[in-house]
Amino acid sequence: MSNNIPSDLKYTKSHEWVRQAQGGALEVGITDHAQSALGDLVFVEVPDVGRALKEGEACAVVESVKAASDVYSPLAGKVVANNSALSSKPELLNEDPYGAGWLFRLETSAPLDAASFMSASAYETFLAEEAK
Amino acid sequence: MGLKTPLYDTHVQQGAKIVDFGGWDMPLHYGSQIEEHHAVRRDAGMFDVSHMCIVDLTGGRVRDFLRLLLANDVGRLKTPGKALYSCMLLPNGGVIDDLIVYYLSDTWYRMVVNAGTRDKDLAWIRRHAADFDVAVVERKELAMIAVQGPNARRKAALLLMPEQQAAVLELKPFFGAAFGSWFVARTGYTGEDGFEIMIPAAEAADAWNRLRQQGVAPAGLGARDTLRLEAGMNLYGNDMDENYHPLESGLAWTVAFEPTDRDFLGREALQRAQREAGRELVGLILEDRGVLRSHQKILVGGATTAGLSGEVTSGTFSPTLNRSIALARVPKTSQPTVQVDIRGKLHAARIVKPPFVRHGKPLIDIS
Repeated sequence: MSNNIPSDLKYTKSHEWVRQAQGGALEVGITDHAQSALGDLVFVEVPDVGRALKEGEACAVVESVKAASDVYSPLAGKVVANNSALSSKPELLNEDPYGAGWLFRLETSAPLDAASFMSASAYETFLAEEAK
Repeated sequence: MGLKTPLYDTHVQQGAKIVDFGGWDMPLHYGSQIEEHHAVRRDAGMFDVSHMCIVDLTGGRVRDFLRLLLANDVGRLKTPGKALYSCMLLPNGGVIDDLIVYYLSDTWYRMVVNAGTRDKDLAWIRRHAADFDVAVVERKELAMIAVQGPNARRKAALLLMPEQQAAVLELKPFFGAAFGSWFVARTGYTGEDGFEIMIPAAEAADAWNRLRQQGVAPAGLGARDTLRLEAGMNLYGNDMDENYHPLESGLAWTVAFEPTDRDFLGREALQRAQREAGRELVGLILEDRGVLRSHQKILVGGATTAGLSGEVTSGTFSPTLNRSIALARVPKTSQPTVQVDIRGKLHAARIVKPPFVRHGKPLIDIS
């Protein structure tokens, strides 16, 4: 199974992606591999704007026909935006996981580079290891 | 590496995501489970159900044998080709399996049982068949394709010879008949009209591809599960098994207590169970967002049942209703609403009478 793994994003072991968004915030979503493994999504619950998140905190739920799965905040910070379109159109996450299917934006003091995220190639290797 | 049906290579070529299902490598979906679900509700879809077990039973006393073996009464079958849904029970009433039996002649019945229960079913059937001199032959050389949906019969009929087409379209619900090397039955597991077609394994891939050319959408086990649950149909292993009897599994309608002089395996246990309050299988519709799933705990209110608990036996998201639905086993005197523990939080769910959807139409008020 081939996965779409954009080279300009950072990745976590729990299958979130992180992007440096405009204005210094970080945009967070789940990877193509994650949405494909879950199958058709039917509910997406995103964190409220203003909510303070700890690193690794379960803060969103993506639920497919098959299973419910938590999404973890990749860094500590404050939620400054969430993707409310997903509540009525959860399928956006299946169709465009790195674009229209983004989950939330986080304002954080921690620089993206300093965190222990994986590069696209490291994530690809990680997926190959996981599949064994 | 699991067992493979004669259509396995076809599924892989057509982009199926393959999963293990009771030891079989089966298609889960071909891209989108929800689109496959809608294809069956709105037009026509097809499922490879070749993993199911077709058994032919023959002999002069086969009718007497089946009247003992099955909780439903094959004595009700008067016209050749007519089918009956039944449970096969342990003496204590536990469900060994659910099945469809076709009356083909006075000396020949055909049964279709579940894939995951094949070995224990065959052992049980053979053990009792010996006393009746009934031959039990598994028809491993047959594949089976279920074509389901409002346009399914019309599209499937086009695969037959012109002179056979009118006849196959005249098949009444729950009847089957032979058409050349095919056995076509107007049965299914989706709540839609359609056929289940038993076909020599060597012809299966060609038939599948010709159905596809007629616009019948390949559909996987994922859609099969959401469709059967919307239709309020039980899944063996989820909604009933050897630990539960039919009366607490929503299957009382399949038990023929009349005529009272017919002895069948499990009768005594069920007659005792009839006198108990016990539990029942009900439909649930979730009032909140979220998805009901099997094994979630149910808290039941009410004066006599307070503190008792039930359990979701099958739960899913209903693509037709856009809400979560379930089958659940609860104490019999339950209130109209219950609380379900979903991932540590209690959510309100309403008890409803299945089916949830039939022939493309919602039957439950969700406003």
